[in-house]
Amino acid sequence: MIQVRELTKLYGKKQVVENVSVDIQRGQITSFIGPNGAGKSTLLSMVSRLLDADTGEVLIDSTNTKKLKSNEFSKRVSILKQSNYMNVRLTIRELVSFGRFPYSKGRLNDEDEKMVDQSIDYMDLKEMENSYLDELSGGQRQRAFIAMVIAQDTDYILLDEPLNNLDMKHSVQIMKILRRLVDELGKTVVIVLHDINFASVYSDRIVALKNGRVVKDGTTEEIIQSAALKEIYDMDIPIQQMNNCRICVYFNS
Amino acid sequence: MKKRYLIPTLIILSIVSLFVGVSSISVSDLLDFQSEETEIFLISRLPRLVAILLAGAGMSMAGLIMQQLSRNKFVSPTTAGTLDATRLGILVSMLLFANASMLEKMTVAFAFALAGTFLFMQILNRIKFKDAIFIPLVGLMFGNILSSITTFFAYRADVIQNMSAWLQGDFSMIMKGSYELLYISVPVFIIAYLYANRFTVAGMGEDFSKNLGMKYRSVVNIGLVLVALITATVVLTVGIIPFLGLIIPNIVSIFKGDHLQKTLPHTAMLGAIFLLVCDILGRVLIYPYEISISLMVGVIGSFIFLFLLFRRKAYA
Ligand SMILES: Nc1ncnc2c1ncn2[C@@H]1O[C@H](COP(=O)(O)OP(=O)(O)OP(=O)(O)O)[C@@H](O)[C@H]1O
Ligand SMILES: [Mg+2]
Repeated sequence: MIQVRELTKLYGKKQVVENVSVDIQRGQITSFIGPNGAGKSTLLSMVSRLLDADTGEVLIDSTNTKKLKSNEFSKRVSILKQSNYMNVRLTIRELVSFGRFPYSKGRLNDEDEKMVDQSIDYMDLKEMENSYLDELSGGQRQRAFIAMVIAQDTDYILLDEPLNNLDMKHSVQIMKILRRLVDELGKTVVIVLHDINFASVYSDRIVALKNGRVVKDGTTEEIIQSAALKEIYDMDIPIQQMNNCRICVYFNS
Repeated sequence: MKKRYLIPTLIILSIVSLFVGVSSISVSDLLDFQSEETEIFLISRLPRLVAILLAGAGMSMAGLIMQQLSRNKFVSPTTAGTLDATRLGILVSMLLFANASMLEKMTVAFAFALAGTFLFMQILNRIKFKDAIFIPLVGLMFGNILSSITTFFAYRADVIQNMSAWLQGDFSMIMKGSYELLYISVPVFIIAYLYANRFTVAGMGEDFSKNLGMKYRSVVNIGLVLVALITATVVLTVGIIPFLGLIIPNIVSIFKGDHLQKTLPHTAMLGAIFLLVCDILGRVLIYPYEISISLMVGVIGSFIFLFLLFRRKAYA
């Protein structure tokens, strides 16, 4: 379990994350939703130690994350940021292999190679594994990054808007893969999503942020309600039940 | 760009280099250990070859490491002020110690090379506008400032006759006893190779490195130390060789990508080959005179650099 305890982040005098406490349960997909600028990315960066919090702490399986060595931490928590600009010429396979860096420091053994193969297969990238990243489309690159995070094989996987740049087919494919990682391999996935229907269909819990604060935190059924969504987004969003999925019809709200 | 071609090319060129020169040496001369030819061979030709190989490999690797750490393909010892800082360091060592020993010069030159490169990286961090071309321009300006400071003090102290020619790369003076400092770069190469994967990760950015559990800052610092060590030894022994650290890594990157563990050996070999070619050409073009290496590399290198600039859109 990841326990976020009273985290605060200031930029200048502005509190972009304000006294946030959340519990993230093991073996679940927890989605973070909320308007632009709500502080989702900042929160995720603090949980994954990319950013120092001003106050508060994060516990992972009851250990303060500050107490963990960086190499240890990177075997337990991985993060994929919202944008991954880089002009390094690596092939997909080389990039995914770096997901094994915490274990092998770049000298891959058989088990590492197996994980790399598996992750590439998972992301449907086999036939282009030797293409250079700078010669791929935005969505293909995004899938390569996700494959790398899967190869990192951490208990906790944090993804900041991983569906950026992806077409419908691949968005669905990735959400299904995340579901499988959770259901079959017992991983814990934390994901920032803007499309609340993906959050509704695939997550176990939803945490809503707004102006740096948690405004809603509950099971998917509790949050995907017109009243709750109104509070989060200031929009009247009707909800329809279709094939056991609760779909928010927000397009003309 | 395969090792299978690079290695034989390197060997053939090395042999050619050993037997090209004002006094002709044949293999049979060498069999007589007492001969004058053998002496020339051991005192001048062999040291020259070793110096070319080490300097060529070294400057190219230094450039590659800098490009990776700065995440910019146009950063190199030439375009980040490292060479100018080293030169300033050598001048300072001459002013500080009346008859500076090689070690004293080396220490001060290294300190300046490191400080200069570090300062450039700090400037880089502050710049919001990270255009691929803009950054090396800033570096060149930074280098020119350092160079002006060097000129100023050199004239004031009246230690150097001709500033523009001072410490320009030149292999014709390399002899037994004057180049051995370059061997420092051998262990540096090995360390660089051992750190190759870390440099590649660092090239993907700070957050990326942290996610993979790597201590980004210390890896960058180690990289800068290696670059400064290589640059200081090369400038002290053979002088400034411009462009090498810029063009060689870029050519290798086009063909082999940026996985340093895979490309460092290629970069080192291609750098040595390029420098050998320039040196041999310089020796035969106006035989029996010599065109200095910095001029050869400068001319050929700037053309390749321009070519790279124009095809930048195609790959960078
Ligand atoms: N480095 C920074 N300096 C100053 N302010 C920042 C910085 N990074 C983020 N902010 C501010 O913090 C607030 C939260 O940003 P954050 O990126 O966490 O939002 P978000 O919820 O991820 O938004 P989005 O949905 O657009 O990705 C924003 O108002 C942003 O302007
Ligand atoms: Mg964000």
